[in-house]
Amino acid sequence: MTTALHFFRARGVPVAGALVALIIVTSIVNPRFLSPQSVKDLMLNATIVIILAVGQALVIITRNVDLSIGSILGLVAFGTGSLFNAFPGVPIPLVFVAGMIFGALLGAINGFLVTAAKVPALVITLGTMYIFRGVLTSWAGSKQYFSGDNPKEFGALSVDTFFGFPIITLVAIVVVAAVALYMQYMRAGRDLYAIGSAPDAAKLFGIRVTPRVLAAFIASGALTGLAGVLYTSRYNSVGALTGTGLELDVVAAVVVGGVAISGGTGTVVGAAIGAVLLSTITSSLTATRVDKFWQQAIVGVLILSAILIDRIVSLRNAKKLRVSEARDV
Amino acid sequence: MSEILSTAVVKQRSGLPKRLLGHDAIIIYTLILVIIIASFTVKFFAGPLTVGFLLIQVIPILLIAMPMALVIISEEIDLSVASIAGLTSAVMGVLWRDSGWDIGFVIVASIFVGVICGAFNGFLITVVGLPSLAVTIGTLALFRGLALVVIGDQKVANFPKELNQFVLSKIGATGIPVVMIFVVVIIAIFAIILHFTPFGRGLYALGHSKEAAAFVGIRVGVAKFWLFIGTGVVSSIVGVFLTLRLASAGPDNGTGMELSVIAAVLLGGVSIFGGRGTIPGVVGGVLLIGVLTYALRLAKVPETALIIVTGSLLVISVVAPSVTAWARERMRLARLHKEVQGSSTPGPISA
Repeated sequence: MTTALHFFRARGVPVAGALVALIIVTSIVNPRFLSPQSVKDLMLNATIVIILAVGQALVIITRNVDLSIGSILGLVAFGTGSLFNAFPGVPIPLVFVAGMIFGALLGAINGFLVTAAKVPALVITLGTMYIFRGVLTSWAGSKQYFSGDNPKEFGALSVDTFFGFPIITLVAIVVVAAVALYMQYMRAGRDLYAIGSAPDAAKLFGIRVTPRVLAAFIASGALTGLAGVLYTSRYNSVGALTGTGLELDVVAAVVVGGVAISGGTGTVVGAAIGAVLLSTITSSLTATRVDKFWQQAIVGVLILSAILIDRIVSLRNAKKLRVSEARDV
Repeated sequence: MSEILSTAVVKQRSGLPKRLLGHDAIIIYTLILVIIIASFTVKFFAGPLTVGFLLIQVIPILLIAMPMALVIISEEIDLSVASIAGLTSAVMGVLWRDSGWDIGFVIVASIFVGVICGAFNGFLITVVGLPSLAVTIGTLALFRGLALVVIGDQKVANFPKELNQFVLSKIGATGIPVVMIFVVVIIAIFAIILHFTPFGRGLYALGHSKEAAAFVGIRVGVAKFWLFIGTGVVSSIVGVFLTLRLASAGPDNGTGMELSVIAAVLLGGVSIFGGRGTIPGVVGGVLLIGVLTYALRLAKVPETALIIVTGSLLVISVVAPSVTAWARERMRLARLHKEVQGSSTPGPISA
């Protein structure tokens, strides 16, 4: 229990603290920042990145990375639009299931190539990022689907609230909680950490590395699919360029959230907080009337400070471990 | 006698054919094949305009691919290159607009941006000891962000016309851009550094094993620091080139180029695990993507299908060696198995 507490103290708190500080400072400068409408917008803006960050965290914890998620999100979002266009009466739950299966299939292609060819995920998913985007642009051409073409109830998911929370944000919260519990308490979840810390040792220990890594990619694909469906509900239009460049934003959110890019450490809750932090900064700069051009530079500084903090913490932990081991001997 | 003969044959086989059947050789064959097929089947491909248009298009990627190859061979990566090019372009625009300096001085000062950016990356990676993938994702955002801070959403376009014309000028009737001379010089410099200096040989050692490299006397940190200065400077040169070619300085010059560069370098046979790759292979990889894209575009293949080709080439080029290695290993194991079963004494080998 104390180790779990220590773990949380080391990784999650600085990010959450930065988020709280950001919100407090912004709301002092501009009290309207915490008006109900503004808070709702904050949550809506964060929702999709949160879900993507959870999926990406699963993959990064296994010491892999998925750069194709922007293209997968685009494919699923456009697919959702086409589905509503072809079958106007299709039940909404079915659309979610279809989107997640579509995303999972695309994730499975990544996972299969990575595990079968034993080539770093960075290269494979860089390739599939291009391929998926190419498939989408050939499929979509110059066609776009607008939110007006979708059923009203579908669009309402990102407008209606439940106890002040937009419905799609609740979906994101449920996803974070479910995946966090799974990663914390289920055997398969712990295996992902073991694989990320030392793949060879995990293999020797009897963990079936290949199916676990494949599963991480499929899960990331399915979550990206979910995000794609929600994207169609949230934004005005989906087309060939939907989701372009999202991959680095999401990797940035995950890294800021304390998931080490070298695998094995971090939590999906941390990744989700990282996503909220990055999307809140945008709004908070607007609210405090800071020149909007500073936004990206600040994101860069945040990423660098996150990995710096990570490095300092892990050095300190290593030193502590050495000292305690020396005492035991 | 016969034994000596057979070993001699084996030795010969592992020498020359290895070079002729290696990854970079295959890339260069494919490149030649694509050029030949395109000349016969694609209208207007075999013309003087092709060389000029094609080279002007690939020069930025070709240039950055050189230091990037060295970085990846030593098992690091630099994702911030396109942002450095963008920041350089922004600084160049603002200096030209506001400082009243001579254009030559503005260009030198702009290239200095790359030195600073590269040193910043290098410091975080070699001195602080952070992973290069994470650092350069951070500086990818930081440098692009600084470009926005420097120039905002404005454009500066009143560069001297002569310079713009110089960048687009061709050598006589060959259609080859004059700038290509500088590009060839830069390629030659990197080829010499990588293949003919102790520093370059050291990079391969570094890519194989940092510890071993340190033991044989390579100053790992110093070497890597210089590599990131290298990517920074060349990215800045590309930033200047893009600014002059487009006759416009803006914060978004070169956006997204980092992934195209890495795709081309890996296609050219540089291993992402480090320790393997050659400059001729990388040049072949860049040109292969460039020629293929250009030919397909001329053949009126929709723009959208082109990125599928780039992506598939990348995936195939990394998956194919693994698949052949796997097949070879299976065959070797099967043969071993047979041999073990054939001999009556149970050997220590177990497959």
